[in-house]
Amino acid sequence: MSYPTDRKYTKEHEWIQVNGNSATVGITDYAQQSLGDIVFVETPKVGAELTAGKTFGTVESVKAVSDLFAPASGTVTEVNADLATAPEKVNSDAHGAWMVKMTLKNPGELHGLLSSADYEKFVAEEAGH
Amino acid sequence: MSSVEAPTIRKTALHAVHRQMGAKMVEFNGWDMPVEYPAAIGCGIINEHMAVRTGVGIFDVSHMGDIRLAGSEALAAVQHISMNDASRLAIGQAQYSALLYPEGTFVDDVIVHRLGEDEYLLVINAGTREKDFNWVRDNTRQFDCAVENLSDDFTQIAIQGPKAVNLLQKITDADLSVVKFYWVTRGKLCGLPNILMGRTGYTAEDGFEIYIPADEETSARVWNEILAAGKEFGVVPCGLGARNTLRLEGKLPLYGHEISDTINVWEAGLDRFCKMEKPEFVGREALEKAKAAGVKRALVGLEMTERGIARDGYKVLDAAGREVGYVTSGSPAPFLKKNIALAYVPVELSAVGTAVKVEIRGQGVGAVVVPTPFYKRPKKNV
Repeated sequence: MSYPTDRKYTKEHEWIQVNGNSATVGITDYAQQSLGDIVFVETPKVGAELTAGKTFGTVESVKAVSDLFAPASGTVTEVNADLATAPEKVNSDAHGAWMVKMTLKNPGELHGLLSSADYEKFVAEEAGH
Repeated sequence: MSSVEAPTIRKTALHAVHRQMGAKMVEFNGWDMPVEYPAAIGCGIINEHMAVRTGVGIFDVSHMGDIRLAGSEALAAVQHISMNDASRLAIGQAQYSALLYPEGTFVDDVIVHRLGEDEYLLVINAGTREKDFNWVRDNTRQFDCAVENLSDDFTQIAIQGPKAVNLLQKITDADLSVVKFYWVTRGKLCGLPNILMGRTGYTAEDGFEIYIPADEETSARVWNEILAAGKEFGVVPCGLGARNTLRLEGKLPLYGHEISDTINVWEAGLDRFCKMEKPEFVGREALEKAKAAGVKRALVGLEMTERGIARDGYKVLDAAGREVGYVTSGSPAPFLKKNIALAYVPVELSAVGTAVKVEIRGQGVGAVVVPTPFYKRPKKNV
């Protein structure tokens, strides 16, 4: 699997794609594969404040419940309503099936996140364990 | 006694095969087992579950244990340690039963197979293998009956689904059309003589469980031959994930969840497998007292009426939000396409139609008590 180079990644397996002062957030292909069949996505409402590193939602597969961690701080401007009725889209297209859009409070926070190449290395190590 | 052993994780004879197929492995009761196979080969819990409901799937269940009781008093021994009535079994017949503590709570649930005039095979759970064997041995000493732990002698493969019989018939000379549900037969299978095949399973579907020699080479060969023979029926390998959702739809109990050493037979609702007309068995007295004292909680089926998935251990709340019970098993049900759960609640809240809530991440989410089993396989007109 290759990870798009137009975004950054967290060690909790979220991706964040920045466009100026706003950003789009989802989970990685590695995450969807580890979770298995995704059946439930719970995201915060528009207007919710996210704090970098804190949980902001939940994704559930048949077998497992997993928290979503905010890659950056900011305010939710849009949620992907499709995922309420078709959560399996995260399995078929994890890098396209975004979960929330947000405005960034402090774009400087993004420097600590992983590049596509570093994330790929990170998951290769994690999978090897 | 003093040697310190690192906790070792056990592997079945098919472990390398699962790895090779790309299965996602998890630890289950001390065993490294496949939880699901990759989406790339048409698997994943949902596809595996659906294959068993509509076609056929196969499971490595070699982690299950096997205890053989044989001797002139084998029947008396089985009667003493199990709650069902083994005297009703004809040779070749099997029954669902349970081993109980004197308190009327569960050592384990078992399938008792009568293999011969004075020979019985108990198939037990993986997590309770050693405990069960010791318990059976210690509680049958007074009988003329040898107790053997055969758990490591077999690779056990479950072939489950409406097409299971068609698949298995292709690779055995035993006539499966005469084997009824919960009966066993023996025959040649993939060239192996005298293989035990039981029409049993843990999926609420028709199917068989076969017991083959536990060496890796034979196990892998048979596994692969079953997959090859099942190709025309769309067979898929299935992991513990689908095994759990399948048994949950059928309300089949799982040790440590619906049954345990703190739950009695009446609470678990397994009355029809507990024969109180038997004059004696371990746990009988306590059960008599428990019944007289009145049963306080009951295992019920829940269906979520609001958006949310109940999971094992989540609290059940009454309409006013008070904690009244807990979820023993909860999951999305892939065939029924509902979010379902089994839960212990007070008897007053156990009637079908009772509205309750399940606490999910701090929120009470609506659910209702529904009839169980959630899923019943369609009756075949034979």
